[in-house]
Amino acid sequence: MIRDVVVIGGGPAGLAAAIEAKKNGAEDVLIIERDKRLGGILQQCIHNGFGLHIFKEQLTGPEYANRFIDEVKNYKIDYMLDTMVIKIDKDRNIIALTPNDGIINIKSKAIVLTMGCRERTRGALNIPGNRPSGIFTAGAAQRFINMEGYMVGKKVVVLGSGDIGLIMARRMTLEGAEVKMVLELMPYSTGLKRNIAQCLHDFDIPLYFNHTVVRIHGRKRLEGVTIAEVDSERKPIKETERFVECDTLLLSVGLIPENELTREANIPIDNITSGPIVDESMQTMVEGIFACGNVVHVHDLVDYVTFESRIAGRSAAKFVKGQLSFNDKSFKTKGTYGIRYVVPHRIDPLNVDDSVNFFMRVDNVYKNVYLTVKNNGQIITKVRKAIVTPGEMESVVVKRSILEKLNKGDIEFTLEEIKND
Amino acid sequence: MYDVLIIGAGIVGCAIARELSKNELNIAVVEKGYDVSCGSTKANSGIVHAGYDAHEGTLKAKLNVRGCEMYEGLCKELDVPYKNNGSLVVAFNEEEQKEVEVLYKRGITNGVPNLKIIEKNEILSMEPNIKDNVICALYAPTAGIVSPFEMAIALGENACENGVEFIFNCEVSNIYKDKDKFMVETNRGIFEANYVVNAAGINSDKISKMLSGRIFSMIPTRGEYCLFDKIIGDLVEKTIFPTPTEKGKGILVSPTVHGNIFIGPNAIYQEDREDTSTYIEGINEILYGAQKNVNGIDMRYVITSFAGIRSKTNVGDFIIDIPQRGAVNAAGIESPGLTSAPAIAEMVVSLLCDQGLVLRKKKYFKANRSNTKKFIEMNDEEKKKALEQNPLYGRIICRCEHITEGDIVNAIRRPLGAISVDGVKKRVRAGMGRCQGGFCMPRVMEILERELNIDRKNINKDGPGSYILTGRTK
Ligand SMILES: Cc1cc2nc3c(=O)[nH]c(=O)nc-3n(C[C@H](O)[C@H](O)[C@H](O)COP(=O)(O)OP(=O)(O)OC[C@H]3O[C@@H](n4cnc5c(N)ncnc54)[C@H](O)[C@@H]3O)c2cc1C
Ligand SMILES: Cc1cc2nc3c(=O)[nH]c(=O)nc-3n(C[C@H](O)[C@H](O)[C@H](O)COP(=O)(O)OP(=O)(O)OC[C@H]3O[C@@H](n4cnc5c(N)ncnc54)[C@H](O)[C@@H]3O)c2cc1C
Repeated sequence: MIRDVVVIGGGPAGLAAAIEAKKNGAEDVLIIERDKRLGGILQQCIHNGFGLHIFKEQLTGPEYANRFIDEVKNYKIDYMLDTMVIKIDKDRNIIALTPNDGIINIKSKAIVLTMGCRERTRGALNIPGNRPSGIFTAGAAQRFINMEGYMVGKKVVVLGSGDIGLIMARRMTLEGAEVKMVLELMPYSTGLKRNIAQCLHDFDIPLYFNHTVVRIHGRKRLEGVTIAEVDSERKPIKETERFVECDTLLLSVGLIPENELTREANIPIDNITSGPIVDESMQTMVEGIFACGNVVHVHDLVDYVTFESRIAGRSAAKFVKGQLSFNDKSFKTKGTYGIRYVVPHRIDPLNVDDSVNFFMRVDNVYKNVYLTVKNNGQIITKVRKAIVTPGEMESVVVKRSILEKLNKGDIEFTLEEIKND
Repeated sequence: MYDVLIIGAGIVGCAIARELSKNELNIAVVEKGYDVSCGSTKANSGIVHAGYDAHEGTLKAKLNVRGCEMYEGLCKELDVPYKNNGSLVVAFNEEEQKEVEVLYKRGITNGVPNLKIIEKNEILSMEPNIKDNVICALYAPTAGIVSPFEMAIALGENACENGVEFIFNCEVSNIYKDKDKFMVETNRGIFEANYVVNAAGINSDKISKMLSGRIFSMIPTRGEYCLFDKIIGDLVEKTIFPTPTEKGKGILVSPTVHGNIFIGPNAIYQEDREDTSTYIEGINEILYGAQKNVNGIDMRYVITSFAGIRSKTNVGDFIIDIPQRGAVNAAGIESPGLTSAPAIAEMVVSLLCDQGLVLRKKKYFKANRSNTKKFIEMNDEEKKKALEQNPLYGRIICRCEHITEGDIVNAIRRPLGAISVDGVKKRVRAGMGRCQGGFCMPRVMEILERELNIDRKNINKDGPGSYILTGRTK
């Protein structure tokens, strides 16, 4: 049997994409999830703060996921759990492994990739020293604590001020651990402002910017870390080194989109986002293969994931029905001054329903700027921003009517200082 | 009462145990660690050297060449990943070119087959990522690569299947003779044996002393490594050495049998025999050393770094002798000890025989290990069969390396099976990939808990004391 749409990954991205594909006329939709449950990373995020944009209320991760899981069930969308996709190809053949049926082959008219991302580890940072137990990625610790009911330590240092690190600093404190400090290599946090307030300030946990861990101590269990301040080139300053006693180090040092399947299928990847290059329909450079959520780029709010995934699901259904037009009227997007990346990477105005929401990240903290969109030197639109930081994704909406009128050339995104203010 | 008691379950102790287990003997291995391969064998370059390094006439030279010859067959027999990838010693100036010629001559004298000196063009066509100011290289087609701890585990496991008893967490503190018997004192009591073999690695000097054998001094020498993601796994195919200096063989760049690239080691003397931590200076040193010879060594792709300690001694050669009647030293086994281990085992057995140990070949010696294939390595037919017998092969636990629950259960249930997270990792690579266990560690613990029927809180990362969980949440 040939499926209409197969969604790989049952996190919020996969759920939303599957529902939207079904709603838009794809008959036979299947979600494949390697975990025992649907919901993805949200299953372990038991704090609230999810859904402010989509549902206008504060939900926990599992609550947010459940709204979509219920919908998947209502729409009678097929899903396979405990099943891992191990290979896909350009012709949309899928190979998966499952305990009951072993290796299965599935052919699909369209595929939506929603594999999410994984955490960077100690190895990637190459922190020298011993290799004792007691070093966890924040997400692994979250899984132990929130899903399995085990504590992972008593005296904790958190490296990295990303959201997962901040949330875990609070979580471990509530569970009775002493969180000594959060260290951040950069002069700014990569986490949401509200998380810094709610997770650190409210609990008097100090946050040190321009600091890192330079050495791991302890042969069996972690006994401490040497920390140091870093200079403007992020090199540790020897004189500032000091020992901090702890039995646990949590790493919250970045997420990497999980694109092994994508790479193997030779789907082009953007080196900056580490996710596939996508267009306005969330279609990758391979026809009929779409992608959305953290597998494309790391999102800080799940609402944006849902937003993006609905486009992917809708487009996949259109593709199956032969309604996704293909012509060369594509524009490339490009981040210039201050903008690290822009998603989507390509725009075909004819496939845009009403408008395109461009997502982007800046490369530093900037105050009082215009976020400007240009084409051929002409300003299309600009938004005023009091502050932008790499920790919070920015977005700009551009109407189809404007995109239709563009000439050749890239759509450029840039930051401009606001003068005479 | 044992016929033979072996001290140390590194590659050398395990190879000797397996060689002896072909015979009707009562054999024990006592090991201070909690698993096989806890010492040097755990962290080294994993190179099966061709045999041109060691000086003519040394034990190292003789046993290296013989060991290299034996490796491929032995790995086949035990189903251990091995690759005969060949090695190059590269020269970038005249001085180094001279050294390459010296090595070539030495290799010929040592009996290394098919050695060849090759020129720039041939080198670059073999290995396009070598720096193009290379002049010439010594090419040794017989060199290979192996997963060292998997090899030691395989030898240990197979010895165990053939009746050898392994006693872990058992440290030898004294040895004396009671009439003709050796009394071996440990933290787990006194063991009696007719013959004793010293394969205690970094502590082989102390054991030699206990056996009133040769007094020599240990010069513990740390070597640091960086292991890279498989993304750059095809950077080089052969093992690339610089020309050696008096400090050693230098910083190499090599593939692993599993498709990673790694670089290292340096050589730092230290008092401490057990400090295997890495230092930033060392990491920078090996990085510089590797980048001098090969293009494309990019630190962004490092997935882990680690260090090993060589049992270097002031003697400069392996010490394989008879410290006292009934005992044999296999001491000071530094590089190429991994390569030489099978040959060392043969030599140790013959030294035992010289002293009266009688060998009677077993009728039912089991030379092959059973059930060792990982699901991912099976062909379609085998996969189908494996899944029919055990649906756990259908659940992937380590997503980086595609290791299934069936593989992990197998690693735990095999003879000398895994009892820790790292034990699982060493046996079937769960947690060896780019995410270094971030995702699979909780699941591996769940499986260990179930299979070993112990509380999850008592599961260690590595040896005793390396606990992972501190208690239940409130
Ligand atoms: C700790 C943490 C805290 C957060 N806090 C907030 C918050 O307060 N508010 C907020 O709005 N957002 C928050 N987020 C962000 C938000 O949760 C994520 O952006 C969102 O979950 C991403 O959804 P996804 O579906 O792309 O990825 P995931 O949720 O990671 O889902 C991917 C799914 O794909 C499956 N999969 C992967 N590969 C395969 C394969 N080969 N075969 C089968 N299945 C596969 C995985 O098992 C997983 O279930 C947080 C995220 C984390 C990690
Ligand atoms: C950095 C480095 C790179 C190397 N590269 C290579 C290479 O590429 N190729 C190669 O051929 N060789 C190489 N070697 C050498 C090789 O690793 C060693 O020669 C080999 O592992 C030695 O094995 P072993 O069994 O003698 O020692 P070990 O593996 O150290 O085993 C000795 C065992 O004895 C146990 N023990 C110690 N004291 C006691 C006691 N009192 N009671 C009970 N048990 C005890 C220890 O716990 C240990 O498990 C390298 C070594 C290092 C360190």
